[in-house]
Amino acid sequence: MSLLHEPISDIHKRLVAKEITPTDLVEESLTRIKKVDGKVQAFLMVDEEGARARAFELGERVKSGETLSTLSALPVGIKDNMATKGLPTTCGSKLLQNYEAIYDATVVQKLNAAHTITIGKTNMDEFAMGSSNENSGYYPVHNPWDLKRVPGGSSGGSAAAVAAGEVAFALGSDTGGSIRQPAAFCGVVGLKPTYGLVSRYGLVAFASSLDQIGPLTKDVRDSAYVLQAIAGHDAYDSTSANVEIPDYVSALTGEIKGLKIGVPKEMMGAGIDPGVKEKIEAAIRVLEGLGAVVEEVSLPHSDYAVATYYLLAPAEASSNLARYDGVRYGQRIEGENLLDLYHRTRSEGFGAEVKRRIMLGTYTLSSGYYDAYYLKAQKVRTLIRQDFESIFQDYDVILGPTTPTPAFMAGEKVDDPLTMYLNDICTVPVNLAGLPAMSLPCGRVDGLPIGLQLIGPAFSEANLLNTAYAYEQHGERLPKLDLEGGEA
Amino acid sequence: MSISSTDVKHIANLARLTLTEEEVTNYTSQLNDILQFADKLNELDTSDVEPTSHVLPLVNVLREDEVRPSLTREEALKNAPDQKDGQVRVPAVFED
Repeated sequence: MSLLHEPISDIHKRLVAKEITPTDLVEESLTRIKKVDGKVQAFLMVDEEGARARAFELGERVKSGETLSTLSALPVGIKDNMATKGLPTTCGSKLLQNYEAIYDATVVQKLNAAHTITIGKTNMDEFAMGSSNENSGYYPVHNPWDLKRVPGGSSGGSAAAVAAGEVAFALGSDTGGSIRQPAAFCGVVGLKPTYGLVSRYGLVAFASSLDQIGPLTKDVRDSAYVLQAIAGHDAYDSTSANVEIPDYVSALTGEIKGLKIGVPKEMMGAGIDPGVKEKIEAAIRVLEGLGAVVEEVSLPHSDYAVATYYLLAPAEASSNLARYDGVRYGQRIEGENLLDLYHRTRSEGFGAEVKRRIMLGTYTLSSGYYDAYYLKAQKVRTLIRQDFESIFQDYDVILGPTTPTPAFMAGEKVDDPLTMYLNDICTVPVNLAGLPAMSLPCGRVDGLPIGLQLIGPAFSEANLLNTAYAYEQHGERLPKLDLEGGEA
Repeated sequence: MSISSTDVKHIANLARLTLTEEEVTNYTSQLNDILQFADKLNELDTSDVEPTSHVLPLVNVLREDEVRPSLTREEALKNAPDQKDGQVRVPAVFED
């Protein structure tokens, strides 16, 4: 057990009561990482020196009587696709192995302002492309619940670090499920905010019309605390929404009487593992017991979402990743001339999945194929969005599983990209529609955590969090992972 | 539509990638699988549907053109693999 398994508000109370110091928290995190990260491999880089210095500085401020925010002194993991000044930001890619960020992403700046302590950078699928973390350019992350299984991806390092009690919380990014799917596989809470709610300045771009940063936390209240700290308009991100940010924490009343929940029949269909389905049905009964009205609804175009996503996201990626040419930053492989330098740098630097998606995106955007693939997918995206809009005229929340199965075995799908992509079937529609959604644990099947997914209308995070909170208070809870007793 | 190994080599060149023969073989088969899967979108009649390029009603974000603090040249060059005289250095683009 780790002190970092405790809820944020409990840790904060201890800090205020001076039972513990910021240094205690950092040492707890570093010790825990030493004990378990050899097995989990959630981190690409741990900044021991920086974290200790920061803890000392915060400790002095506590001593001088400064009032600290709720997130003060919490050890945090930052997914390695977010810029952290003076620390490596590799995106899980060999191509960026020597890259050191020269500024802080807005989310990192905001966390620093809330007095958190960055412990290190978490492992991820290269350029956030993957659902298993097997595409990390360095080493794969292992699922803390069963080290032979994948933690999900692409924010697998962030999810595993939280589940293993290595940090108090972590940030991830979600383009097609990359926060929610690893949250489900690792038994933690993952929130993908509405597109535009959280600034993406300093987030390495994958698919710009879909990417969003969000928290991975131990519980729902923690998620509200972190979202509160990172949400808000940012002049440095022109896609950032200028909306009023409500008080997410005080929205957690647990009161959901009369809440209308729609369960899309397509998300409970044949492709869903019976064990997963059973857990989701049990969660529905818990919510009904609290006074929610749950009815079956339909997302008629959800069957087209994976195809739409895997045309649009690679197209955007092929364009975004054109910048990695070995000229201004990153690894350079010298060549006979400039063109040869580009070719060598990119061919050696990018891993197989990244190349595959660049190829796919380049093809669908190339002359003669644009209308047939890219434009067609953009049109189907409209239909998928309208499916959600029509349900939200009558319902407050959509509910279903986050993933069709529990965490799968490492190596199981790695040679078959299409099968891997189909694992994203429950999560990608949400990104295509730009909606907020979260995954929270709703029990286990064969010892592996199952994720309950809640989806809401744009900017309804407060209601989404409260619905999740209501379930969490009365639903199935997971034990905390020890991991220190030899091989799991 | 199906994609040949010649197509794959052509796309790789457009994307500034050099593929091994093994990669060409793998990507030809994998891209065909994915594109074949994507063909299911043609089941839908979208002739009257507007494309969605973005979910938010975005407009241009403009501001006065004024001088603000920015990265120093030193910072901007910090990650450059090769530099000379405060500039990024690359192999010559033009022949002598």
